[in-house]
Amino acid sequence: MADITLDAKGLACPMPIVKMTKAVKDLSSGDTITVLADDPGFEPDVQAWAEAQGHSLVSLNEEGGVYTAVIKIA
Amino acid sequence: MSEASAEKKATIVVFSGSMDKVMGAFIIATTAAAMGIKTTMFFTFWGLSALKKGGPSATCKRNWMQKMLGWMLPKSAASLPLSQLNMGGMGAGMMKQIMAQKKIASLPELIEAAQDLDVRMIACQMSMDAMGICREELLDNVEVAGAATYVGEASDAQINLVIS
Repeated sequence: MADITLDAKGLACPMPIVKMTKAVKDLSSGDTITVLADDPGFEPDVQAWAEAQGHSLVSLNEEGGVYTAVIKIA
Repeated sequence: MSEASAEKKATIVVFSGSMDKVMGAFIIATTAAAMGIKTTMFFTFWGLSALKKGGPSATCKRNWMQKMLGWMLPKSAASLPLSQLNMGGMGAGMMKQIMAQKKIASLPELIEAAQDLDVRMIACQMSMDAMGICREELLDNVEVAGAATYVGEASDAQINLVIS
Protein backbone atom coordinates (compact mmCIF):
# COMPACT_ATOMS: atom_id res chain seq x y z
CA MET A 1 0.00 0.00 0.00
CA ALA A 2 1.50 3.27 -1.10
CA ASP A 3 0.81 6.53 0.69
CA ILE A 4 1.97 9.63 -1.14
CA THR A 5 1.75 13.31 -0.27
CA LEU A 6 1.18 16.15 -2.73
CA ASP A 7 1.85 19.75 -1.77
CA ALA A 8 -0.45 21.87 -3.94
CA LYS A 9 -0.17 25.00 -1.80
CA GLY A 10 0.12 28.21 -3.79
CA LEU A 11 -1.79 26.81 -6.74
CA ALA A 12 -5.16 28.16 -7.89
CA CYS A 13 -8.07 26.38 -9.55
CA PRO A 14 -7.83 24.11 -11.52
CA MET A 15 -4.17 23.23 -10.91
CA PRO A 16 -4.55 21.41 -7.53
CA ILE A 17 -7.03 19.04 -9.20
CA VAL A 18 -4.81 18.69 -12.29
CA LYS A 19 -1.69 17.92 -10.19
CA MET A 20 -3.69 15.49 -8.06
CA THR A 21 -4.90 13.62 -11.13
CA LYS A 22 -1.32 13.25 -12.36
CA ALA A 23 -0.11 12.20 -8.91
CA VAL A 24 -2.63 9.36 -8.55
CA LYS A 25 -1.95 7.92 -12.02
CA ASP A 26 0.55 5.40 -10.74
CA LEU A 27 -1.36 4.51 -7.57
CA SER A 28 -3.42 1.36 -7.26
CA SER A 29 -6.60 0.47 -5.44
CA GLY A 30 -6.34 0.93 -1.68
CA ASP A 31 -3.42 3.38 -1.89
CA THR A 32 -3.86 6.79 -0.30
CA ILE A 33 -2.85 10.29 -1.24
CA THR A 34 -2.63 13.23 1.14
CA VAL A 35 -3.06 16.60 -0.57
CA LEU A 36 -2.25 19.99 0.93
CA ALA A 37 -3.85 23.03 -0.74
CA ASP A 38 -4.64 26.62 0.15
CA ASP A 39 -6.97 27.43 -2.75
CA PRO A 40 -10.39 28.15 -1.14
CA GLY A 41 -12.09 26.38 -4.05
CA PHE A 42 -10.25 23.20 -3.16
CA GLU A 43 -12.67 22.32 -0.35
CA PRO A 44 -15.74 21.72 -2.54
CA ASP A 45 -13.68 20.69 -5.59
CA VAL A 46 -11.76 17.86 -3.96
CA GLN A 47 -15.07 16.35 -2.88
CA ALA A 48 -16.49 16.60 -6.41
CA TRP A 49 -13.29 15.16 -7.87
CA ALA A 50 -13.22 12.18 -5.51
CA GLU A 51 -16.92 11.49 -6.12
CA ALA A 52 -16.53 11.64 -9.91
CA GLN A 53 -13.59 9.24 -9.82
CA GLY A 54 -15.19 6.91 -7.30
CA HIS A 55 -12.37 7.47 -4.78
CA SER A 56 -13.25 7.91 -1.11
CA LEU A 57 -12.45 11.06 0.76
CA VAL A 58 -11.16 9.75 4.07
CA SER A 59 -10.77 13.16 5.69
CA LEU A 60 -10.77 16.85 4.84
CA ASN A 61 -9.50 19.34 7.41
CA GLU A 62 -8.62 23.01 7.35
CA GLU A 63 -6.05 24.70 9.54
CA GLY A 64 -4.80 28.23 9.06
CA GLY A 65 -6.14 28.38 5.52
CA VAL A 66 -4.49 25.12 4.47
CA TYR A 67 -6.71 22.20 3.53
CA THR A 68 -5.51 18.66 4.07
CA ALA A 69 -7.39 16.00 2.18
CA VAL A 70 -6.77 12.29 2.49
CA ILE A 71 -8.15 10.25 -0.39
CA LYS A 72 -8.27 6.49 -0.75
CA ILE A 73 -8.00 5.28 -4.33
CA ALA A 74 -10.84 3.11 -5.60
CA MET B 1 -28.01 5.99 -23.21
CA SER B 2 -26.56 3.14 -25.26
CA GLU B 3 -23.95 0.71 -23.95
CA ALA B 4 -21.31 2.18 -26.22
CA SER B 5 -21.64 5.60 -24.66
CA ALA B 6 -21.12 4.51 -21.05
CA GLU B 7 -17.86 6.48 -21.04
CA LYS B 8 -18.27 10.06 -19.85
CA LYS B 9 -17.44 12.64 -22.46
CA ALA B 10 -17.28 16.41 -22.76
CA THR B 11 -16.77 18.65 -25.77
CA ILE B 12 -16.01 22.35 -25.94
CA VAL B 13 -16.20 24.51 -29.06
CA VAL B 14 -13.72 27.37 -28.76
CA PHE B 15 -14.94 30.09 -31.12
CA SER B 16 -13.36 33.02 -29.30
CA GLY B 17 -9.74 34.12 -29.52
CA SER B 18 -9.90 36.23 -26.37
CA MET B 19 -7.54 35.34 -23.54
CA ASP B 20 -10.23 35.36 -20.84
CA LYS B 21 -12.66 33.19 -22.79
CA VAL B 22 -10.01 30.72 -23.97
CA MET B 23 -8.74 30.44 -20.39
CA GLY B 24 -12.26 29.59 -19.27
CA ALA B 25 -12.43 26.89 -21.92
CA PHE B 26 -9.11 25.38 -20.83
CA ILE B 27 -9.95 25.52 -17.12
CA ILE B 28 -13.12 23.52 -17.77
CA ALA B 29 -11.34 21.16 -20.18
CA THR B 30 -8.47 20.36 -17.80
CA THR B 31 -10.87 19.92 -14.89
CA ALA B 32 -13.15 17.61 -16.89
CA ALA B 33 -10.16 15.54 -18.02
CA ALA B 34 -8.90 15.41 -14.42
CA MET B 35 -12.30 14.07 -13.36
CA GLY B 36 -11.99 11.15 -15.74
CA ILE B 37 -14.10 12.63 -18.52
CA LYS B 38 -12.84 12.16 -22.09
CA THR B 39 -12.58 15.74 -23.28
CA THR B 40 -12.45 17.15 -26.81
CA MET B 41 -11.90 20.80 -27.74
CA PHE B 42 -12.77 22.04 -31.22
CA PHE B 43 -11.08 25.32 -32.18
CA THR B 44 -12.69 27.31 -34.92
CA PHE B 45 -12.43 30.83 -36.34
CA TRP B 46 -10.83 33.26 -33.84
CA GLY B 47 -10.24 30.34 -31.48
CA LEU B 48 -7.49 29.04 -33.78
CA SER B 49 -5.14 31.78 -32.51
CA ALA B 50 -4.89 29.88 -29.21
CA LEU B 51 -3.29 26.91 -30.98
CA LYS B 52 -0.63 28.89 -32.87
CA LYS B 53 2.98 28.10 -32.00
CA GLY B 54 4.09 31.67 -32.71
CA GLY B 55 5.56 33.09 -35.89
CA PRO B 56 4.36 32.45 -39.45
CA SER B 57 5.76 29.62 -41.54
CA ALA B 58 7.55 30.76 -44.71
CA THR B 59 6.21 27.80 -46.66
CA CYS B 60 2.55 28.52 -45.87
CA LYS B 61 0.84 29.91 -48.97
CA ARG B 62 -1.39 32.93 -48.32
CA ASN B 63 -3.00 35.59 -50.47
CA TRP B 64 -2.61 39.26 -49.55
CA MET B 65 -5.80 39.38 -47.51
CA GLN B 66 -4.80 36.32 -45.54
CA LYS B 67 -1.35 37.84 -44.98
CA MET B 68 -3.00 40.94 -43.55
CA LEU B 69 -5.16 38.78 -41.30
CA GLY B 70 -2.02 37.02 -40.12
CA TRP B 71 -0.37 40.33 -39.23
CA MET B 72 -3.38 41.53 -37.28
CA LEU B 73 -4.23 38.34 -35.40
CA PRO B 74 -2.41 37.16 -32.23
CA LYS B 75 0.74 35.13 -32.92
CA SER B 76 0.16 32.57 -30.15
CA ALA B 77 -1.81 31.79 -26.99
CA ALA B 78 0.57 34.02 -25.05
CA SER B 79 -0.53 37.13 -26.96
CA LEU B 80 -4.33 36.87 -26.99
CA PRO B 81 -6.23 40.08 -26.11
CA LEU B 82 -8.86 40.41 -23.39
CA SER B 83 -12.49 40.39 -24.57
CA GLN B 84 -13.11 43.57 -22.56
CA LEU B 85 -10.85 46.40 -21.36
CA ASN B 86 -7.97 45.21 -23.54
CA MET B 87 -6.83 48.82 -24.17
CA GLY B 88 -4.37 47.92 -26.89
CA GLY B 89 -2.91 45.08 -24.87
CA MET B 90 -2.41 47.04 -21.65
CA GLY B 91 -5.47 45.42 -20.08
CA ALA B 92 -4.30 41.94 -21.02
CA GLY B 93 -0.84 42.69 -19.58
CA MET B 94 -2.32 43.90 -16.31
CA MET B 95 -4.65 40.90 -16.10
CA LYS B 96 -1.68 38.55 -16.60
CA GLN B 97 0.20 40.34 -13.83
CA ILE B 98 -2.75 40.09 -11.42
CA MET B 99 -3.23 36.42 -12.25
CA ALA B 100 0.47 35.70 -11.71
CA GLN B 101 0.27 37.41 -8.30
CA LYS B 102 -2.74 35.25 -7.45
CA LYS B 103 -0.80 32.14 -8.59
CA ILE B 104 -3.38 31.46 -11.30
CA ALA B 105 -2.02 29.34 -14.12
CA SER B 106 -1.35 31.24 -17.36
CA LEU B 107 -2.99 30.22 -20.63
CA PRO B 108 0.19 28.51 -21.96
CA GLU B 109 0.42 26.57 -18.66
CA LEU B 110 -3.23 25.52 -18.95
CA ILE B 111 -2.67 24.35 -22.53
CA GLU B 112 0.29 22.28 -21.37
CA ALA B 113 -1.83 20.78 -18.57
CA ALA B 114 -4.56 19.92 -21.08
CA GLN B 115 -2.01 18.15 -23.29
CA ASP B 116 -0.66 16.23 -20.28
CA LEU B 117 -4.20 15.09 -19.45
CA ASP B 118 -4.76 13.90 -23.04
CA VAL B 119 -7.41 16.46 -23.89
CA ARG B 120 -8.09 16.00 -27.61
CA MET B 121 -7.57 19.30 -29.44
CA ILE B 122 -9.00 19.66 -32.92
CA ALA B 123 -8.35 22.60 -35.23
CA CYS B 124 -11.14 23.31 -37.72
CA GLN B 125 -9.72 22.62 -41.15
CA MET B 126 -12.13 24.93 -42.98
CA SER B 127 -11.31 27.89 -40.71
CA MET B 128 -7.59 27.25 -41.18
CA ASP B 129 -8.07 27.27 -44.93
CA ALA B 130 -10.16 30.44 -44.85
CA MET B 131 -7.80 32.34 -42.58
CA GLY B 132 -4.59 31.10 -44.19
CA ILE B 133 -3.27 29.15 -41.22
CA CYS B 134 -1.11 26.09 -41.99
CA ARG B 135 -0.73 22.89 -39.97
CA GLU B 136 2.93 23.58 -39.18
CA GLU B 137 1.95 26.86 -37.51
CA LEU B 138 -0.12 25.03 -34.89
CA LEU B 139 1.03 23.12 -31.78
CA ASP B 140 2.36 19.65 -32.57
CA ASN B 141 -0.25 17.44 -30.93
CA VAL B 142 -3.26 19.19 -32.40
CA GLU B 143 -5.46 17.29 -34.86
CA VAL B 144 -6.90 18.93 -37.95
CA ALA B 145 -10.44 17.87 -38.78
CA GLY B 146 -13.88 19.07 -39.77
CA ALA B 147 -17.25 19.61 -38.16
CA ALA B 148 -18.29 15.97 -38.57
CA THR B 149 -15.46 14.88 -36.27
CA TYR B 150 -16.71 17.32 -33.66
CA VAL B 151 -20.36 16.32 -34.05
CA GLY B 152 -19.36 12.67 -33.80
CA GLU B 153 -17.78 13.35 -30.41
CA ALA B 154 -20.58 15.66 -29.24
CA SER B 155 -23.40 13.29 -30.16
CA ASP B 156 -22.69 10.98 -27.25
CA ALA B 157 -21.14 13.46 -24.82
CA GLN B 158 -22.96 14.54 -21.67
CA ILE B 159 -21.37 18.00 -21.60
CA ASN B 160 -21.23 20.13 -24.75
CA LEU B 161 -20.15 23.76 -24.41
CA VAL B 162 -19.58 26.62 -26.81
CA ILE B 163 -17.24 29.40 -25.71
CA SER B 164 -17.76 32.35 -28.01
